[in-house]
Amino acid sequence: MDSKATHNTSPQICIGMENVTIEYNGSPAVRNIYCDIPSEKVTALIGPSGCGKSTVLRSFNRMNDLIEGCTLKGKVLFEGKDIYAKNVDPVEVRRRIGMVFQQPNPFPKSIYENIAFGARINGYTGDMDNLVEQSLKQAAVWEECKDKLNESGYSLSGGQQQRLCIARTIATQPEVILMDEPCSALDPISTLKIEETIHELKSRFTIVIVTHNMQQALRVSDMTAFYNAEETIGMSGKVGYLVEFSETQKIFNSPKEKATQDYIQGKFG
Amino acid sequence: MSIYGEFLVLPKTTDLYLLRSRPPSEKLIDLTFRNVVISMAAMVAVVLFGILVLVFTGSVESMGRYGLRFLFTSDWNPVNNDYGAFAAIYGTIVTSTFSLLIAVPLGVGAAIFITENIIPTRIREAIGIMVELLAAIPSVVLGLWAIYVMEPFLRPLLSGLHEYLGWIPFFSTKPIGPGTLPAILILVIMILPIITSISRDSLNQVPKKLREASYGIGATRWTTIFKVIVPAAVSGIAGGVLLALGRAMGETMAVTMIIGNSNAFNWSILSPGYTIASMLANQFGEADGAQVSSLMYAAFVLMVLTLAVNVVAQWLVKRLSLKY
Repeated sequence: MDSKATHNTSPQICIGMENVTIEYNGSPAVRNIYCDIPSEKVTALIGPSGCGKSTVLRSFNRMNDLIEGCTLKGKVLFEGKDIYAKNVDPVEVRRRIGMVFQQPNPFPKSIYENIAFGARINGYTGDMDNLVEQSLKQAAVWEECKDKLNESGYSLSGGQQQRLCIARTIATQPEVILMDEPCSALDPISTLKIEETIHELKSRFTIVIVTHNMQQALRVSDMTAFYNAEETIGMSGKVGYLVEFSETQKIFNSPKEKATQDYIQGKFG
Repeated sequence: MSIYGEFLVLPKTTDLYLLRSRPPSEKLIDLTFRNVVISMAAMVAVVLFGILVLVFTGSVESMGRYGLRFLFTSDWNPVNNDYGAFAAIYGTIVTSTFSLLIAVPLGVGAAIFITENIIPTRIREAIGIMVELLAAIPSVVLGLWAIYVMEPFLRPLLSGLHEYLGWIPFFSTKPIGPGTLPAILILVIMILPIITSISRDSLNQVPKKLREASYGIGATRWTTIFKVIVPAAVSGIAGGVLLALGRAMGETMAVTMIIGNSNAFNWSILSPGYTIASMLANQFGEADGAQVSSLMYAAFVLMVLTLAVNVVAQWLVKRLSLKY
């Protein structure tokens, strides 16, 4: 764990985790995580299946609240405030920390309405047509959509749907965008387009992306956190933990931990 | 030959695969199966069509004699052979409409409550089981309960309704016991489980990813339920409502026991009334000649009504359903 290096490279901390342990029905999925995610950078979470990287990502905007029996110990700080404090409304957290999911999940409404719905929920009062256009442009899907804004979001291809979902998240103007394996259901060309979109977005948003694809982490991220899972005595199943967190180049070129190196080189996972 | 070679050589005996050319008997079995299935499927259509034709031919005599007047008068006089089913038709429409108006919000609300994680799973499951048990009560038992328990219990309330809201035609008579409103309430109890369980199933079938999408952009639970989940499930819910409507229009036993069986037309739902189903149940025993034909006519009207409702609802479901 190398949180000091993080402080040196980027003094602005967006999301901080202090000794976070997340449990499902009493058995921990990830344990004792300390990690400071910098602002306006792309941070990738990588690791083998079952190491809890999605669980960690979902804890950043309290999406885990929707899963029965999921509890969190420790503190998740967003701009210095504990988002799990009693007086914090999870809905407000999610309005400031948006999310793009593994499976493209547009609403069964028109393309226009997919964007407008989220903006309206967040109390947007400006020019809706303009917002829809700008959001679709930023998500690099405007060209494909501009002639069929009134058609169902499901008339688009998988990759286009995912970019529509990114546009929907952009339209709500969050400060952070969480992406949970956004390309895992897509073909290579769509994946490249999404990655280009991420490059476009990182100047304005803090992006945290979970990915199975190490090349993708290398291509899109500034910082990389490597998670691993291990059997723990007295526990059923594997428990995830943070192995190493540093600049992406360091993680891939000169990792400190043996496990990181083995994973990067494809020896397991 | 090496020792491995022996394992690699397969005996060239095609005659081990006996079924490679299919014997006629097997083809015959296939053909027979296909024809049996077709005839079974056709049976459904034949029975439906047969009933329609028989009811229609049975009612031709009465149709010729009374024509459309049958639908708008409410005499029922076997002595003079004067028949009109307006009171029964009105009663059928009023009881089914009002019971739906009450049961749909209740049933859909209960379904939402059961499918959302507002309360612990164990309690939700218990409620779900109870809803299903409600459907298992025989209608004759519900009718009996309605006469001896529900109606006497509710009578003060219904009297109050008449006292304060008597200027509305629907409440313009004094409640005297059995009547249309108690029948409506018993119908609510009978159709509630249908609406609830079908709505619950269709709400459960809404993909989890839609729910996450909604929460993920900062929607509240309320917005998520009413702007995303329920619209996505609306075709299933409408299907359930449709089934419930069919049940409400055709329900006989409990309604006959509590509605009062009066063919005298009255706007008020506090007065005794009639439905087509309860009229048929009451009169088939001693009917003959022209009266049988008139009952057939009423039955035909009931069938046309349910058919019309079905067609309209199918069209509505098609328009409403969202593709995802």
